[in-house]
Amino acid sequence: MAESLSNGVKPHPRPLSPHLQVYKPQLTSITSILHRFSGIALSAGVLYLLCWLLAVAGGAETFDRLQDFNGSLIGRLLLLGWSVAFFYHLLNGIRHLAWDAGFGFELPAAYRSGYAVLIGTAVLTIAAWVIGYFQMGAF
Amino acid sequence: MAELTLPANSKPTTGKLWKAPAGTKNIKTFQIYRWDPDTGANPRIDSYEVDMDACGPMILDAIIKIKNEIDSTLTFRRSCREGVCGSCAMNIDGTNTLACTKFTSEVKGDVKIYPLPHMPVVKDLVPDLNHIFAQYETIEPWLKSDTPPGTRERLQSPAERAKLDGLWECILCFSCSTSCPSYWWNGDRYLGPAILLQAYRFIADSRDEATGERLDNLEDPFRLYRCHTIMNCTKTCPKGLNPAKAIGEIKKLMVERR
Repeated sequence: MAESLSNGVKPHPRPLSPHLQVYKPQLTSITSILHRFSGIALSAGVLYLLCWLLAVAGGAETFDRLQDFNGSLIGRLLLLGWSVAFFYHLLNGIRHLAWDAGFGFELPAAYRSGYAVLIGTAVLTIAAWVIGYFQMGAF
Repeated sequence: MAELTLPANSKPTTGKLWKAPAGTKNIKTFQIYRWDPDTGANPRIDSYEVDMDACGPMILDAIIKIKNEIDSTLTFRRSCREGVCGSCAMNIDGTNTLACTKFTSEVKGDVKIYPLPHMPVVKDLVPDLNHIFAQYETIEPWLKSDTPPGTRERLQSPAERAKLDGLWECILCFSCSTSCPSYWWNGDRYLGPAILLQAYRFIADSRDEATGERLDNLEDPFRLYRCHTIMNCTKTCPKGLNPAKAIGEIKKLMVERR
């Protein structure tokens, strides 16, 4: 488009048509972007796990300080976020494996598996935290 | 790299409101993307009030009525008006489809119409399809065979022919490719759902003898493997085809031939 027209006039550069701004989100696109976000969150979680291990190596005092942070409201929210990301990425990863094997491409099946992943994430996360609090003797 | 926002020259502004004559009872408002290459000003969204009592049922009927009776400068592609040519593909009410097979009554509230997403705009609702047709050419969309022609047609069994169902119906409207976020961000190198479905159409054809060569051509981190099974393509296809499944089949063949 940069070259001139036959009459010597330089055409105006073409605009890019709207995309994300106008395209309606749908279940399968949302589960796809959540897979990426949960993967990024898990990578950050691995770094935090590394800090935890370093704290173990650093002796009782450092470990206690990190455990105090884990027990604080912010610490618990972060752990909740990571557990949600973990279960979501796990279940949606299984969904991707099924696709890689050639199953579940029909639209109704893709929607069913998408809802199953969301419900499964909620159930497993709640179960993990109930078990965790039960182990601590909270109930 | 993904650019989530539009470049400065592409951000639409509010345009003109074309009021229906006083006394019109059944009004539907169409908000339509406009860009005029002669002025080069930013795109704008014009609103047209259409009398639905004197308009056909399809979106295409309405925009033809707008062009004929309200604003003759409105520019769009159309031809067959029955869903077989693929010319009038555009973004209607947030998803890509053919204006000729979409009922206006399916849209709640104002009807928002944009060109196919993330494409260079030639004028109004007309996107530049040169790049995507060049990509189509790279998959060599014709039957290739080393076997010399016989005295009659190259025969297929009914089962072999059935493999092409769901593939041959594609009309190359590019609703799917332009609905795909991967194609938005990597369309320069990723072939996108429409072209990959076409590639699979020839891979799956029993009369074609170039399967290995075709798979070699697709074995590439970008050309094929930018598909992340987002499935916008399958959801939006106005012909009810499944490009995501076709791409999945190609990926499977890549593994099986190792």
